[in-house]
Amino acid sequence: MTARERIAGSVANYVDERTGAAAWMKKNLNKVFPDHWSFLLGEIALYSFVILLLSGTFLTFWFDPSQREVIYDGGYQPLSGLKMSAAYASTLHISFEVRGGLLMRQIHHWAALIFMAAIVVHLMRVYFTGAFRKPREFNWIIGVGLLTLGIVEGFLGYSLPDDLLSGTGIRIAEAIIQALPLVGSYLAFFAFGGAFPGEAFIPRIYTVHVLLLPGAFLALITVHLMLVWYQKHTQYPGPGRTEKNVVGYPLLPVYMAKAGGFFFIVFGVTAFLGAVASINPIWLYGPYTPGQISAGSQPDWYMGWLDGLVRMAPPLETHAFGHTISWNILIPGLIVPGILFTGMALYPFIESWMTGDKREHHLLDRPRNAPNRTALGVMSLTFMLVALINGGNDIIATTFHLTINQIMWFSRIAIFVLPPLSFVITKRLCLSLQRADRDLVLHGRETGRLVMMPHGEFVEVHEPISPEKAWLLTQHEQNPALALDENDSRGVRRPGALKNKLRARLSKAHAVAVPKVTAEDLKEIEHH
Amino acid sequence: MKRLSRFRRHRAVAPLLLVLALFSIGTTFSVAGAATSTPISAAEKSALIDEGKQLFLKGCSSCHGLNAEGGGIAPSLIGVGAASVDFQVATGRMPMADMSTQAMRKKPVYNEKQVEALAAYVASLAPGPEVPGESQLNYERDGSAAQGGELFRTNCAMCHNFAGQGGALTQGKYAPSVMGVEPRHIYEAMITGPQSMPVFSDKTITPAEKLSIIKWIKAAEAEPQLGGAALGRVGPVTEGLLVWTLGLGLLVGVAVWLAMKAR
Repeated sequence: MTARERIAGSVANYVDERTGAAAWMKKNLNKVFPDHWSFLLGEIALYSFVILLLSGTFLTFWFDPSQREVIYDGGYQPLSGLKMSAAYASTLHISFEVRGGLLMRQIHHWAALIFMAAIVVHLMRVYFTGAFRKPREFNWIIGVGLLTLGIVEGFLGYSLPDDLLSGTGIRIAEAIIQALPLVGSYLAFFAFGGAFPGEAFIPRIYTVHVLLLPGAFLALITVHLMLVWYQKHTQYPGPGRTEKNVVGYPLLPVYMAKAGGFFFIVFGVTAFLGAVASINPIWLYGPYTPGQISAGSQPDWYMGWLDGLVRMAPPLETHAFGHTISWNILIPGLIVPGILFTGMALYPFIESWMTGDKREHHLLDRPRNAPNRTALGVMSLTFMLVALINGGNDIIATTFHLTINQIMWFSRIAIFVLPPLSFVITKRLCLSLQRADRDLVLHGRETGRLVMMPHGEFVEVHEPISPEKAWLLTQHEQNPALALDENDSRGVRRPGALKNKLRARLSKAHAVAVPKVTAEDLKEIEHH
Repeated sequence: MKRLSRFRRHRAVAPLLLVLALFSIGTTFSVAGAATSTPISAAEKSALIDEGKQLFLKGCSSCHGLNAEGGGIAPSLIGVGAASVDFQVATGRMPMADMSTQAMRKKPVYNEKQVEALAAYVASLAPGPEVPGESQLNYERDGSAAQGGELFRTNCAMCHNFAGQGGALTQGKYAPSVMGVEPRHIYEAMITGPQSMPVFSDKTITPAEKLSIIKWIKAAEAEPQLGGAALGRVGPVTEGLLVWTLGLGLLVGVAVWLAMKAR
């Protein structure tokens, strides 16, 4: 035993005798994680969150969350002598006088955009591979919660500097609150401590932005990761991988090194963006006053779809009993997002209800093998993309010399037409891919080698695929649709027949598949 | 001389000399300044108007009418003034290349002398806003950038964007970028209200305030890219685009690399 080992051993023993950590560490440091690039997408979100905490803490040292009016006397000449809020003036101070302040502000903002983008791609991976199925439904709901909180948290951060763009965003948020029937105007007065803009809002959202929501994030992320730990990570199908094992590398040393290194890479990319690309140049926007607005005022991208929905809404309002209901704000601003996010949160339960599948799943689906789910996902993404595009309609109009009205009308029609169309196309594509898989297993790989037969016919030589590949293409389950008879054995209509009819229909749509190659099929081929 | 030198230490000498020096400098400047914009004689003016009329008949009358009275596709030019002609023609907007929704800024068809002649002709039809002279456009001296910024954000940013990059209007019309536009043309645009733009009379925005706006625009134009690449100064759309392409592209690329099996 070398001296070093002796010292390390005695330190470890010292700690173990007092905490009993050795057994726990041994168990958990050897925990195996499967290796796939798409399993690292959630990590990007996690690391950006750490970067957000650190850079955000730096910014709080100088940021003054107050709407008290001050006269600017800082270094940026084009704003010199103007009246502005202390919040805006302190953000200018961070940008121009604090050493490294602008870089930190830009890192914070870029990290926020990356955080949200990483959450979305992580969500896409989980959805399209069916990783939300039992036993992971709760974790899915926590994920949807994190996405929602992320949108709110990002918007509050965007609102804090009290520049012209922030104020415009807050004004729209106020309008959305006011659009709530009956209680809207009271809620808005409550939130703003009086009429817009008042002096209370920025101090309030500051507390929410730096204390309440980060706390909620920490708690939810902890539970999210603990559940991953406890339930073990899902894995892609492959030889030797079953519902009862996990094939991969141990946490120590392989995953520790990879994950640790990846943190620094995420930090590096964020810092690179912060160093070379300007984001939210608040000194150009100017201080907020309700009388001003800029052309092309936009939210950050994760709110862009919401803005796009509001922009395409026709001017609908009803006046009744002394109340005005602004459907043009209420529907795109609250009702549609509410339906979308509730549907997303409940999807694991909806799918299990449709398929009647109540078993645990630890092996992931290949998206093509769940055509209905994949098509529904692409349909939702198409909806979001159309809305997002319309959110930038003014910028698109000037960039591509189009008219804003054309883009708006395109979006109004496309939001109804393109999602169903993409559903049908995606489902067809999935089934075609299944058919291609079947061909590949039955007839092998096309080699591109043409051979002339003695009787003059040309044939392409096919090579059998490897057993591993054949396993991958045939391992998935193909469950039949639920058989739900309307009538029982005595010919009497069952209770809830209508619900069952719908369920049977959905189940049937979900079960559509190209029959996979069975062992019998292969045996038959071998006979030839 | 000797008599004069007796007073050389008199306490009124210094102020007197100062007044004398200022007076002589002022005279020199006014003479020199006048030399660049000598008032032209009536004969020269009528010759200029004639030249302008000829140019107008050749290049403009097919749409604006033989007497600039306007037609179905083009407005009357009677009373629009020289400033309007100078803005539209010297920035290349007129003559239009095609009948699109809005005349675009392009390479001017007429040279400076011809623009002046056209402006003189149109101005002779009825009184209208005149082309501002050099002395009216000393924005460096008479403007304040901070005040100009406030005025710009209050009156201009709603169409031209917070940094003067331009923006979309309805039905394919747009507010063009104000970057790289000559101060004279910015001034003329404010007093004549070309295309969709409203007129900002001297009562709404005083001449001094107009110069402040120009000074702010020029400051914004000259401002270095403080936070790195400016991404067009159009707000969060380009930022979102960059994050989804470069940002996430790099990170997903690295993730793929990290998960690759060692060969």
